[in-house]
Amino acid sequence: MTRVPAIVPAVCDQETLHILLDVASKEVFRMMVGCELQAAAEAHCKGAEFTAMVGLAGELCGVLSVRCSQSSASQVAALMLDLAPETAAEHAWDALGELANMIAGNFKNKLNGASDRCMLSIPTVITGADYTFHSLAVANTVTLWFVFQSMPLSITLEVQVDSPSTSFANLNSF
Amino acid sequence: MKSVRALIIDDSSVMRKIVERALRQAGVELSELREASNGAEALAWLGQSGVDLILCDINMPVMDGLEFVKRLKDVDNAKGVPVVMITTEGSESHVVQALSMGAKGYIRKPFTPDQVKEHVLPLLQG
Repeated sequence: MTRVPAIVPAVCDQETLHILLDVASKEVFRMMVGCELQAAAEAHCKGAEFTAMVGLAGELCGVLSVRCSQSSASQVAALMLDLAPETAAEHAWDALGELANMIAGNFKNKLNGASDRCMLSIPTVITGADYTFHSLAVANTVTLWFVFQSMPLSITLEVQVDSPSTSFANLNSF
Repeated sequence: MKSVRALIIDDSSVMRKIVERALRQAGVELSELREASNGAEALAWLGQSGVDLILCDINMPVMDGLEFVKRLKDVDNAKGVPVVMITTEGSESHVVQALSMGAKGYIRKPFTPDQVKEHVLPLLQG
């Protein structure tokens, strides 16, 4: 797994969450999908039809979501399973759900101590673009926009990290 | 290495296929491959037939991987069968819990085929 210098902030701020989520997401794509995510502009991700969500509960509390088009989700499944894209569509929701699960797990494993005090839910996948969801636990929202195989993909972490006993002052070296 | 009867337990069919591919890439010859989507399904299968290797997720509906490993001790067909956990739950407490319950290995997702090889092959060689 990629090793870069540890970040040791006083608190787990927006910038730190952004960096950790970015590294966690790119590692999962590199290791499990076999491709590199490229940063993209926000506007590219409007109207995506597939959303995979994983809940985080405990001292680190919130939701991680991965959102992309049906075509991108099929492409993710095709690459993960080494199938032709046209035959991978039936696995798209499962593949995207697992991807979200691994990104959430990889993210929390980079926060020293958080892994023991935070549980992940089983992934949920929504199809359809015309909706908005709100997490009641949200204090910080970080959204990363990427281009995946020339198609848009966004990863959002909505998380509450400021409970009294949770400073995450010592982040794992990632 | 003799061919192996493997059981892969994960609620994601995509992940089961990826684990199967990783096993084959590691050089494990599979004489039989069984899949289960949770611990209860796996225990039901093991009540009827034996395997040589079990790879198991932790977070699953119906019965999770830790409960499965705990109950495996009571299954005659599973006596001495190595269990390797493959999961996103990478916390130290989960690792310690799984190993203390009898799991022989622990692989964190995301993983590479080399990691599967590193953890699984020694278990099959002796």
